[in-house]
Amino acid sequence: MRKFIEKIVEGGFLISGSVSSLAILLIILFLFKEAGGLFNSPVVEDGYVVAVHKDNPVKHLSAEKIMDIFDSEITNWNDVSESEPGIDQDILVFRFSDLTNYYAEEELGDEFQYVPDKISELVSKEPGIIAFFPAQYVAKDFQGRVLADDKISLGDFFGGTEWYPTSTPAPIFGLLPLLLGTLLVSFGAILLSLPFGLAVAIYLAEIASKRTRDFLKPVIELLAGIPSVVFGFFGLVVIVPLIQKVLNLPVGETAFAGSVVLGIMALPTIITVAEDAMRTTPSAMKEASLALGASKWQTIYKVIIPYSISGITSAIVLGIGRAIGETMAVLMVTGNAAIIPTSFFEPVRTIPATIAAELGEAPAGGAHYQSLFLLGAVLFVITLLLSFTVEYISSKRKI
Amino acid sequence: MYKIDTQNVDFYYGDFHALKNISMQISANTSVAFIGPSGCGKSTFLRLFNRMNDLIPGTRLDGKIYIDERDIYDKNENVDRLRKNVGMVFQKPNPFPKSIFENVAYGLRVNGVKDQSFIEETVVDTLKKVVLWDEVKDKLKESAFALSGGQQQRLCIARALAISPSILLMDEPTSALDPISTGKIEDLIHQLKQQYTIVIVTHNMQQAARVSDKTGYFYLGELIEYGDTRKIFTNPEKESTQNYITGRFG
Repeated sequence: MRKFIEKIVEGGFLISGSVSSLAILLIILFLFKEAGGLFNSPVVEDGYVVAVHKDNPVKHLSAEKIMDIFDSEITNWNDVSESEPGIDQDILVFRFSDLTNYYAEEELGDEFQYVPDKISELVSKEPGIIAFFPAQYVAKDFQGRVLADDKISLGDFFGGTEWYPTSTPAPIFGLLPLLLGTLLVSFGAILLSLPFGLAVAIYLAEIASKRTRDFLKPVIELLAGIPSVVFGFFGLVVIVPLIQKVLNLPVGETAFAGSVVLGIMALPTIITVAEDAMRTTPSAMKEASLALGASKWQTIYKVIIPYSISGITSAIVLGIGRAIGETMAVLMVTGNAAIIPTSFFEPVRTIPATIAAELGEAPAGGAHYQSLFLLGAVLFVITLLLSFTVEYISSKRKI
Repeated sequence: MYKIDTQNVDFYYGDFHALKNISMQISANTSVAFIGPSGCGKSTFLRLFNRMNDLIPGTRLDGKIYIDERDIYDKNENVDRLRKNVGMVFQKPNPFPKSIFENVAYGLRVNGVKDQSFIEETVVDTLKKVVLWDEVKDKLKESAFALSGGQQQRLCIARALAISPSILLMDEPTSALDPISTGKIEDLIHQLKQQYTIVIVTHNMQQAARVSDKTGYFYLGELIEYGDTRKIFTNPEKESTQNYITGRFG
C-alpha cells in the first residue's frame, strides 16, 4: 500500500516536471513562430501597394527609401539610387487621401466604383508620381506599374539602423539602435556595479566581523526584493534630475541614468553570488597563505580571488543578465529614443522597453507585432548565451 | 639560549581553558614531537608559535612566548615577518590553485622578492630539497592539484621552506597520506632537522619515536611530560604517559 502511494507521488512529480518543461518549450516555440512571421511580411504595409509611372525604370524600393520619399527627404528620382540612374524628374507623392485633390467626389462614383480607373489615369498622366493606395483599387488594366512586393529580409532587420515601426507606407524595423541601446545600458550598469559589488563582496566575505555581516547581508538582500518599478520611480525623480543638473545636459533621461539604476539593481546579485563564491575558499588555503607571511590583502588578491574566480565570473554574468532583461526601470529613465547611441549621455531605447511600450499599440498578427516578438527572441538568445557562459565557466576545472 | 621559549602559557577559546600553564624550551636544530589524545591542546600550542590562533575570534593568551629571544606576542611584533621565519605545514595538503612553480614561488613573491632568476633558482633548489624535483621537473607549469596527495604535501613543505624559515611547524603532516608517502616525508624530516628547528604534532606514536629528538606529551591542556624521545618511550616518569604510549587509552 505504501509502495503504491509512493508510486503515485513519483508519477505526480514526473507529470509536473514534464508539464513545466513542456510549457517552457511551448512558450519558446510560440515566440519564434510569431517572430519568424516578420520575414513573410511585405516591406510595404500589408494590403497596400506602391505604384509608379510605367516608364519609370525603378524596380525595387527599400523601406528606408520609401520613407525618405514620402517624408520629402528625396525629391527627385535621380537621387533615389546611386547605382542605377533614374529619370530626371521631380517626385510627386500621392497618398490615397490625396485623391480628392485631383478629382471631385462625383467623379469617383457613388460607391467609389471609378476609383481604380481614376488612380490608373492619374498615374499614367504624371511621370514623376509615386502612389500609395489600397491594393483593392488596382485597376484590371492598370496604366502604371506596381512595385515588386519585396519581403522584409533578415538583413533589413538585423542590419537595420532605424526603428520606425509605424511609418507609412513602409514601416522600418531595424534592430541595431535597440540592440546597441540595450548593450550600452547593460555595459554601463556592469561597469558601475562591478567594482562596487566586488568591493562589498570582498568586505563581507573576508574583512567584516560577524556582527557587521549579519547586519549588512539582509540589507543587501532586501535591495533584491524592491520591485523594479520602484527603482524606476526613484531613478526618475532622483537620479534623472541629478544627472541633468550635475552634467548640465539638455535631458536627464539618458543611457547613463539607465546604467545607474540598473547598476543598483544588479548589485545584490553580484554581491551575493561573489561573496558566496569567496566564502567557499577553504580556510586551509587562506591559512597556508598567511603562514607564508602574506598579508591579508595579498591573501585576498593572490589566493581567494583566483580560487573563486569562476564564482565571481558567474556573478558578473548573472548581473549582466539581470541588467539586459530589465524592463520597467529602464523604460522609465532612459528617454526611449530609438537611435543608435553615440555616447552615454543621450537617450536610448532598449529591447525590453520597446516591447513593453509598443506591444499594446501593435495590431495582433501584423508586421509590427511580429517584429516585437522577434525582439523578444533576440533577447532570449542573448540571455541563453549568457547562461551557457555561466554553465561553462562554473564547470571549468580550477587550476 | 633556546630557539623557542614559552613561559607559563595559558590559552582560552572564549571561556574554554585550552592550555594550562605550559612552559617549554626548544633548542635550535632539534625536532620535537607533540603527542597526546585528540583535543589535548597540542595543535593549539603549535599554532601559537606562528600566531595562527590570531585568526580565531575570541581567543586569549596569558604568559610569554619567545622565539630567538623576541616576545612574539609583543604588540610591536610584525606578524608577517614572524610567519616568514616560522614556516608551517598543515594536516591536509593545501596547495594553492596555481601551478607547481607558482606554489613554491608564492612565499617569495608575497615577501617582495622581484628577482626572477633568484626565484627560479630557489624554486628548483627547494624542490630538490624535498625530493620532488625529479617527479615534477617536466610539469612545473601544471596545476598543483594534478599531483598525488603525498606529492602535494611535499610541495607544501617546499612552499614553506622556500622563504628560508628557521623553524618548521608540522601539524599532523602525514595523517592524510598513505604509508609510502608517509615514509618519504619522515625521511625528509630526518634530513631537514639538520638545518631547521622542527615541531611536529602527530597521532602516530611510531612516527614520533622515529623522527623526533624530544617529545612532549599533552593531556587535557596540560603538558604532562617533556623530555628526550628515547626516555619518554622507554621509561616515562608519569603513569599517564605510560598508559598513552602503550595504547591503554587515546
